[in-house]
Amino acid sequence: MMGGLGWNLIRGWTLLVYVFMFLPVAVVVLLSFNASQFGSFPMTGFSFRWFIELTQNDAILRAFRTSIILGLLTALISTTLGVLASLALVRYRVPGANVISTLLIAPILVPEVVLAVALLLFLNFLSINKSFALLLAGHVIFTLPFVILVVQARLVSIKRDVEEAALSLGANPVQTFFQITLPLMLPAVLAGALFAFTISFDDITGTLFWKPGGVETVPTQIFAMLRNSISPEINALGTVMIVMTVGLPLLGAAIARQMARKSGT
Amino acid sequence: MSSVHLNNIVKRFGNFTAVHPTDLTIPEGDFVTLLGPSGCGKTTNLRMIAGLLDPTEGEILIGGRRMNDVPIHKRNLGIVFQNYALFPHKTVAENVGFGLRYRDVPKSEVPGRVQAALDLVQLPDVGSRYPKALSGGQQQRIALARAIVIEPEVLLLDEPLSALDANLREDMRVELKRIQHQIGVTTVFVTHDQSEALAMSDRIVVMSAGRVEQVGTPEEVYNTPASTFVANFLGASNILPARCIGRDPDKIRLQVPQFGVVPVPGERAPGVGEGAAKLVLRAEKLTLLGDGADATGLITAQATVETVDYQGQTVRYFVRLGDTPLQAINMIDTRPFAAGSTVTIGFRPQDCAALQGE
Ligand SMILES: Nc1ncnc2c1ncn2[C@@H]1O[C@H](COP(=O)(O)OP(=O)(O)OP(=O)(O)O)[C@@H](O)[C@H]1O
Ligand SMILES: [Mg+2]
Repeated sequence: MMGGLGWNLIRGWTLLVYVFMFLPVAVVVLLSFNASQFGSFPMTGFSFRWFIELTQNDAILRAFRTSIILGLLTALISTTLGVLASLALVRYRVPGANVISTLLIAPILVPEVVLAVALLLFLNFLSINKSFALLLAGHVIFTLPFVILVVQARLVSIKRDVEEAALSLGANPVQTFFQITLPLMLPAVLAGALFAFTISFDDITGTLFWKPGGVETVPTQIFAMLRNSISPEINALGTVMIVMTVGLPLLGAAIARQMARKSGT
Repeated sequence: MSSVHLNNIVKRFGNFTAVHPTDLTIPEGDFVTLLGPSGCGKTTNLRMIAGLLDPTEGEILIGGRRMNDVPIHKRNLGIVFQNYALFPHKTVAENVGFGLRYRDVPKSEVPGRVQAALDLVQLPDVGSRYPKALSGGQQQRIALARAIVIEPEVLLLDEPLSALDANLREDMRVELKRIQHQIGVTTVFVTHDQSEALAMSDRIVVMSAGRVEQVGTPEEVYNTPASTFVANFLGASNILPARCIGRDPDKIRLQVPQFGVVPVPGERAPGVGEGAAKLVLRAEKLTLLGDGADATGLITAQATVETVDYQGQTVRYFVRLGDTPLQAINMIDTRPFAAGSTVTIGFRPQDCAALQGE
């Protein structure tokens, strides 16, 4: 075994790093239930007051709706494109498959700011104005790699001979896809969709660059509110965001596991 | 049920030729085995018949109909894969019934036909289970049921038994043959296991390096190998250079340096003319004789036992006759001969075959 002191130092340090990362989050959640006017310690009592106020703030509700619609559309488009791209790359011999694959994954590797500015410059060059569609396109571009990575990994593990068996039994390629391939990769497809939704839902960098005037998502709304004052409402909003972005993937994972258990895959 | 014809089929992958020009006729209702070592093109041939690979050249006919441009899902073939390839997300009954959904089978008849297929493979009670809850042997039976329930024109099996353990493999071999016999479907079976091929087939197609070496009944390929390759691949053979020194009406006489003149039955020496030839002496037909054993009708010689490989009921001897190493596989009921001893070896000339020499 390794010497005690060295390990203890590493252990202590790791603990500190986690505390540093998660303490602020804990503080936000805690303060969102604070009854006091001021979003700071000491807490004066426990209340849902700020959550109720959230539901009466039009700007926030609008931002929320925008975020949800944007997230859902991003998930839908990204997942569809991601599934099709994965199928093409894994199941068919596409010329230049490696290059295409790298290009599709690239947005993960490029810093988001660079990607954001690049897309903006490109649209300027084409003299296209900022719009919701552009914002959506941006979100699709940088969520797509996640979907492709997850779906591809799953698709590789689905044996080709299962599909061949379906074909030999008389199912045409489309029927084979919907009867065999899609159900078998469904957990990955759902996971990809959840990824896309959550990433889109809490993205701020790209969104700040791409959103047209007057449109706010939840993160940009929080950002805008912070410029005025630190209202306890922000803490409540933060808590809601945390619940959504942590809870959704957990829920998704649970559903996927349930499905996998039932089908025995 | 239909016959299968391959007319001058060639398959190339890039500039590698996996199947050289091949002609093959598989008669209706026959159980035909493609047998050969790994990489000889068995799977490639099977996949071309299935429609999973396009032949580079040549024609494939099933039931007299040209199939080259017919996609797999319109060919009505039953395929059994090496690793079963059951649909893991469907129950056994759904697996077996899968092919019926794409045929004009009234919905009300489906459960009955699925059950009949499950009965045929002797697993009547597993319909509601998922494949994961079955053993390997059971999964393979379900895969077979799924392939035959659609009443395919041809049943194609690619090493279906190789994933099973030895005992189960023997059982399944018998079972598979029984089922095939019962439904009488034309069957193409791929294996590299010669005993499997000999036991099950009506006809064996021995392949080597993308070419057909010989087509014949198990007895034919075993007793009258058409090439050195076939003689060596099916069981162990001793192949000795010889000269054909004469042809009688029903015999040819071979001059073999180690044994003198060996008269080989004419029907087991097709195409052997005067001149260079080879004597094929199966290891099972070469006997080590104890003291006082009856040697009438045998051609004998003195040899030294080099290695003894004891296998239970049989013993495999490696003996040396002068400079020539020979193999003998003998049944024994007493103790085997010891390594190093000098023994008389003998064989009946009518058990030999002959090949054209180089
Ligand atoms: N898609 C492919 N691309 C290139 N070469 C291939 C391809 N498929 C098969 N081959 C080659 O063709 C030859 C025949 O392969 P095949 O799979 O038919 O052999 P096999 O007789 O079934 O062998 P095994 O007993 O190992 O299954 C092999 O040398 C193999 O490497
Ligand atoms: Mg093979």
